[in-house]
Amino acid sequence: MAYSEKVMDHFANPRNVGEMKDPSGVGEVGNSRCGDIMRMYIKVEGDTITDVKFKTFGCGAAIATSSMATELIKGKTIEDALKLTNQAVMEALDGLPPVKVHCSVLAEQAIKAAVADYYKRQGIDPTPLVGELAECEECACGLHE
Amino acid sequence: MARFVYADNAATTPVSPTVFAAMKPFYTDLYGNPSSLYSVGREAKKHLELARADVAACLNAEPNEIFFTSGGSEADNWAIKGIAHQLAKKGKKHIITSKFEHHAVLHTCASLEKEGFSVTYLDVHADGLVRPEELEAAIREDTALVTVMYANNEIGTIQPVSEIGAICQKHGVLFHTDAVQAAGTLPVDVKEQHIDLLSLSAHKFHGPKGVGALFIRKGISLPNLVDGGAQERGRRAGTENVAGIVGLSVALKEACATMAERAKRLTAMRDRLIDGALQIERTRLNGDRTKRLPGNVNLCFEGIEGESLLLLLDLNGVCGSSGSACTSGSLDPSHVLLAIGLPHEIAHGSLRLSFSDQNTEEDVDYILEVLPGIVERLRSMSPLWEEIVNGQKAD
Repeated sequence: MAYSEKVMDHFANPRNVGEMKDPSGVGEVGNSRCGDIMRMYIKVEGDTITDVKFKTFGCGAAIATSSMATELIKGKTIEDALKLTNQAVMEALDGLPPVKVHCSVLAEQAIKAAVADYYKRQGIDPTPLVGELAECEECACGLHE
Repeated sequence: MARFVYADNAATTPVSPTVFAAMKPFYTDLYGNPSSLYSVGREAKKHLELARADVAACLNAEPNEIFFTSGGSEADNWAIKGIAHQLAKKGKKHIITSKFEHHAVLHTCASLEKEGFSVTYLDVHADGLVRPEELEAAIREDTALVTVMYANNEIGTIQPVSEIGAICQKHGVLFHTDAVQAAGTLPVDVKEQHIDLLSLSAHKFHGPKGVGALFIRKGISLPNLVDGGAQERGRRAGTENVAGIVGLSVALKEACATMAERAKRLTAMRDRLIDGALQIERTRLNGDRTKRLPGNVNLCFEGIEGESLLLLLDLNGVCGSSGSACTSGSLDPSHVLLAIGLPHEIAHGSLRLSFSDQNTEEDVDYILEVLPGIVERLRSMSPLWEEIVNGQKAD
């Protein structure tokens, strides 16, 4: 198993890592039992995501996909951010080894979870806008096998 | 200043220069097939038998009790499947092993279970040690074989092999030990320790990859795993890997000759690394502190994941390994760490560093210089670490 140079770059020099004071929304996916937790913070002004931060517990691919996902949605509208697929995250990283595909899914889910939280804080039901967020007792990875 | 530190000697070791030099002629000049009648064949055969005698001497075995294989996994498969099938004919279809054996043993046992054999998997407790009394209690009328490793490959814990051997002898049960991590590092005396079958692998003690050996006590018969020509006295077919076998014997002799001195040096390095690493908060040592291989350090750092730790160590020139799910290629972390009772989230944050003769005190210094910063960096971006720290404050 080898990571692309882009994965290694985002792993070794993660973009937008850290916490955020007064975020507009926070989403957390994954669980410690499986070895992956991603937490995303977004700042929304108007309908634009003006800032993104993340914290991730996980493997190299988990950190790299979190980093890439934040870059891909920063400055975008919420509508565009919700269109971001795990496939797009993977492509932006020049691919992931097959066993690591679930990390890109987590990154996509983390964004959706943060946006859903933002809607909730606005008093809007997120489900029709964000869709059903994957909830998995055992392991987020198991969903996508 | 970055440095290259190879600290994954439990995975494999470099071939030593003397071993390499001893092997070379068998590729170019003494290339004959040992089964051939002419001089280059006879010469190869002579060295094959000298190698066999040397390996036997290191284990206090007889030369005709040593059978060369393609490595440790083949030796384990042959020993366990062979004895199981042999003794099944007498109605003995029970095997005792431990929960944290190498997969070469565990998966072999699982395959026998599918054939209808029954297997008892002994607990290894938090210290990573099998309890001889529990092993004795598990022996049944129909027990054919006990197979317990000499030393664990991940956490390095040394099992009470002599006691297990004595128990097996008392109950008339055969005893196999996977000594892949122990051979060349710990003293082995198959007679004194009542070992009936023992597996070893050359590349763990500065020999070449792809060659190993199975010791089979004289008088024990078991079916062949590899059928074909009459090599290895008709018990293991295939043209002998003469260069590899010579390499194995030279490496083992060298390892055994320097064993005591090396153990002392590596133990001191190991302990210094353990003490230094345990200065990092919420870090634990896996496996018994003293009953462990001289060069083995296995740690868990709470709140971080092993693969990212390995990648950052690698970026700093340090080669280690981890039992995290991400490095095991499955969703679960190492079966060894789970067997000693670690919760999944802690087992994901494991790091094994293993030394050989080629490591130095400067390597320990360097690891201790880079490790705390790497752990700190990963923790600073870990939501799990944040939870742990907040939980601690709440306590």
